[in-house]
Amino acid sequence: MASISRGFKGRRPTSDAATRLPPGQYETRDFPVLSAGPTPHVPLAGWSLTLVDARGRSARWSWDELQALPRERITKDIHCVTKWSKFDTRWEGVSIDALLEAAKVHGVEPAPYVVATSYGGYTTNLPLADLTGGKGWIAFAYDGAPLDPEHGGPARLLVPHLYFWKSAKWITELRLVERDEPGFWEVNGYHMRGDPWREQRYTGDE
Amino acid sequence: MTVAPPTPPPIAWRLATVLENRPETKRTRTLLLDVAGWPGHYAGQHVDVRLTAEDGYSTERSYSIASAPEDPRLALTIERLDDGEVSPYLVDELRAGDTLELRGPIGGYFVWDVREGGPLLLVAGGSGIVPLMAMLRHRAAALAEADARHAIPARLLYSSRSWDEVIYRDELTALAAADVTVEVRHTLTRERDQAPPGLRRRIDAEMLREFAWSAGVRPRMFVCGPTSMVEAVANALVALGHDPLQVKTERFGPSG
Repeated sequence: MASISRGFKGRRPTSDAATRLPPGQYETRDFPVLSAGPTPHVPLAGWSLTLVDARGRSARWSWDELQALPRERITKDIHCVTKWSKFDTRWEGVSIDALLEAAKVHGVEPAPYVVATSYGGYTTNLPLADLTGGKGWIAFAYDGAPLDPEHGGPARLLVPHLYFWKSAKWITELRLVERDEPGFWEVNGYHMRGDPWREQRYTGDE
Repeated sequence: MTVAPPTPPPIAWRLATVLENRPETKRTRTLLLDVAGWPGHYAGQHVDVRLTAEDGYSTERSYSIASAPEDPRLALTIERLDDGEVSPYLVDELRAGDTLELRGPIGGYFVWDVREGGPLLLVAGGSGIVPLMAMLRHRAAALAEADARHAIPARLLYSSRSWDEVIYRDELTALAAADVTVEVRHTLTRERDQAPPGLRRRIDAEMLREFAWSAGVRPRMFVCGPTSMVEAVANALVALGHDPLQVKTERFGPSG
């Protein structure tokens, strides 16, 4: 039940933008930064990504090993819970499907949920189904260049169909778990799933 | 078998009434609001504001809360962005008696309560002062006794373009004058006049080394401002030996 704001005209998005903007979002051409603390600066030589399953079996990739996996170019709209959306962002990365496939030889088995952990210690939780089937990637390039540290470089999770805090910056571990446990942002009031089209911004939304 | 925790109720949209639209600087104004049923907040939290036009078109923005939890009126300080869709309306159009739809409080991380202790190191750039001002106001309201204030000293390093663009300037001056446990240091990045107090450069490591407590003191640190300023300050604090997990940041994207 919306209340009319006296005298507010607003600026209508174009019809194209209107169909691409989830409720409550507006389009920006900038690329704002949102982080809870200082930006970690992670040297590539010491970088690694670990995928560990619910029984503790794991696969681990160094930077060079990750680069050797099949990579994809991804062009997607992204939506930040702070209200901005940015259209047609261009990324390059390795799909979570490809990681799971490559981890099979180590006996890594899927589980219903994932906890993504960043360098610096931040975590976020997602259903595995939101990362597979061509919906999630480990991204290391943005707009044709290596990903800036302040935007999550060397590598971040990219899950463009969910609010962007789920696309954990400075990713270093994906842990497969049986139960959905809230991560750092979710403990601090943000939604467990974060679907922008259902406006699942905060704890208790829908 | 574990029992699922109860799902908390959604953060409700509420209709606030504007009590006053008060100028702060040339480009910023404070909306003082009466919010029926406001559940209370912590200093540092924000609200989502929703504007709706007559044809049903609506848009939302987030704004930091400027008032202390102890203040019965909710204060939002809004910087007017000339090409913004929402901030010119809030700054130029809203007046006493109007209503404003909002929901909150939101955010559980960039918050401070006196029970967490200190010392409290605040570093602000421009309108990034707003959530930090809520912390200073909360500290002043919650700590009536001098002993309590001495136990939680506070320092604010505040970068503005010019002396005229310092938000809450008089209140900050009065606060520091009345309370020896609060230190306020200004730096003005584009001020031509020699007369106003403070430094004349962007916040840098040298400034922080001189003004901030050393890492061994383990201050609670909150940094809020434009992205480039927050990046520089947070990196400098870490380089000075502070625990990255104690440096809480909020970067300002566009909030037009």
